[in-house]
Amino acid sequence: MTWEIVIGLEVHTQLSTNTKIFSGASTAFGAEPNTQADAVSIALPGVLPVLNKGAVERAIKFGLATGSHIAPRSVFARKNYFYPDLPKGYQISQFDLPVVGQGALTVQVEALSGNAKPYEKTVRITRAHLEEDAGKSMHGDFHGMTGIDLNRAGTPLLEIVSEPDMSSAAEAVAYAKALHTLVRWIGISDGNMQEGSFRCDVNVSVRKPGQPLGTRREIKNLNSFKFMQQAIDYEVQWQIDTIENGGTVHQATILFNPDTGETRAMRSKEDAHDYRYFPDPDLLPLEISSEWIEQVRATLPELPQAKQARYVNELGLSAYDASILTASREMADFFEAALGDATAQAKICANWIIGEVSAQLNRDGLDMTQCPITAQQLGGMLQRIADNTISNSGAKEVFRTMWAEGGEADAIIEANGLKQVSDSGAIEALVDEIIAGNAGKVAEYRSGKDKLFGFFVGLAMKASKGKANPAQLNDILKKKLEG
Amino acid sequence: MSLSLADVEKVARLARLAMSDEELKAAQTQLNNIFGLIAEMQAVDTQGISPMSHAQDVAQRLREDKVTESNQREAFQAIAPQVEQGLYLVPQVIE
Repeated sequence: MTWEIVIGLEVHTQLSTNTKIFSGASTAFGAEPNTQADAVSIALPGVLPVLNKGAVERAIKFGLATGSHIAPRSVFARKNYFYPDLPKGYQISQFDLPVVGQGALTVQVEALSGNAKPYEKTVRITRAHLEEDAGKSMHGDFHGMTGIDLNRAGTPLLEIVSEPDMSSAAEAVAYAKALHTLVRWIGISDGNMQEGSFRCDVNVSVRKPGQPLGTRREIKNLNSFKFMQQAIDYEVQWQIDTIENGGTVHQATILFNPDTGETRAMRSKEDAHDYRYFPDPDLLPLEISSEWIEQVRATLPELPQAKQARYVNELGLSAYDASILTASREMADFFEAALGDATAQAKICANWIIGEVSAQLNRDGLDMTQCPITAQQLGGMLQRIADNTISNSGAKEVFRTMWAEGGEADAIIEANGLKQVSDSGAIEALVDEIIAGNAGKVAEYRSGKDKLFGFFVGLAMKASKGKANPAQLNDILKKKLEG
Repeated sequence: MSLSLADVEKVARLARLAMSDEELKAAQTQLNNIFGLIAEMQAVDTQGISPMSHAQDVAQRLREDKVTESNQREAFQAIAPQVEQGLYLVPQVIE
């Protein structure tokens, strides 16, 4: 029995503005409770919302980065529901006229099974709209009461809604990851998942191929890609089992419990979703001129996909290397700064960053922005590899020293005598000496024992204290041994 | 179109308003009068007029993204029924 899985995502991404969407209160994370909850955030009578230009600008950026329609005119609406961390009794959101309309995001999906190849998937974006976040409820030890912190109330969110285009957990995770990279890349959100800056709701249903869509259940508030994968896998299996055992899936909002790896339905109230949307009379329509859109477009950086294509086509990197280097903007910036104009060295530069640099960062628990070696320092070292001043093993030593103590490649090479000997006269003299001192082994080699070549290389390297240019040494040694 | 008593009860529940039977009936009459007004407006021929989302035909003015509000927690919490550790306390809402 085969089942088709249908998944759509709603992602709430917190926008990286300094202030709230409708007031000039700070949005800095981690402040004392309610110290950033101004009169608008706590909904004192008589206050009026005034829209933050920075929030709109970020929505435009997102629209441009996903090739989406940007509405020249959009409208804010009240979404009415009752909850104490929503002091107005309604959330200001957008309903039928959102700021960002249809677009798409093309993502690379890692295949799960061993032999399958990664493939491209285009996920259509239905819309993205601006809205305000709610406050936080603390169900702690308050004599049977609930504590409310309204610092987060009014923080700007962009809710990004996809079409139900994904058909596996892997595709959903790939899309969510690409979106997460994108919002950080274009600088509209810090994407900090622990702090709740990027929260995913996943709609899941199953059906038999060719059948109409099944009933969906919505997994709320997933804040890690690992949990998303687990939650979808569990939920899909649950829905299939339920139907195959003769049961029915009912529409529901569900939560994922990371401790048990299970999903469970929240208690549903029949009228919980009766939000009675209507246009907010406190807010006039938002108008976005084409001049403004063009101004914002001019500030957009080169996007990850365009960069990947350029790395492959112009720098000759593999698609794999290009995708790793564009996993974050910091990584791509580091690569480009280290490479500079030396585009011929792109492959070796990529190797160092994906290899040594990433491994050391990992080991030291650092991210790219905390790298103790600057891109320029790495670039300086790569130049010395390219012009044969140092060998690969010499470079590794330079790198270790640089990482631990800092400094420029040239100074480290000088101080530690790492300059490789590329003077053929000197290498020849050295090889002559070895041949003279090991007549027996030379005779064995000449009578066909090829394997001894490595033995001679070892001796010569040792004699040069590891500084002989390996390629040159090999050539000279081979020539002399053959007599 | 008119509202039944059940409709009024539902709206009151969604708004967390406790209303007596008399109040519900009074509200039903008042709301249905408003519906009468709406019906009158809907009868007007609006062919060729694009809908407005606001009574004023002007656009939203935007605010620069700069912090203008300072911490006034003490003043705000002075009028709150109950506060603790900087939090506003409300009847427990967990299900």
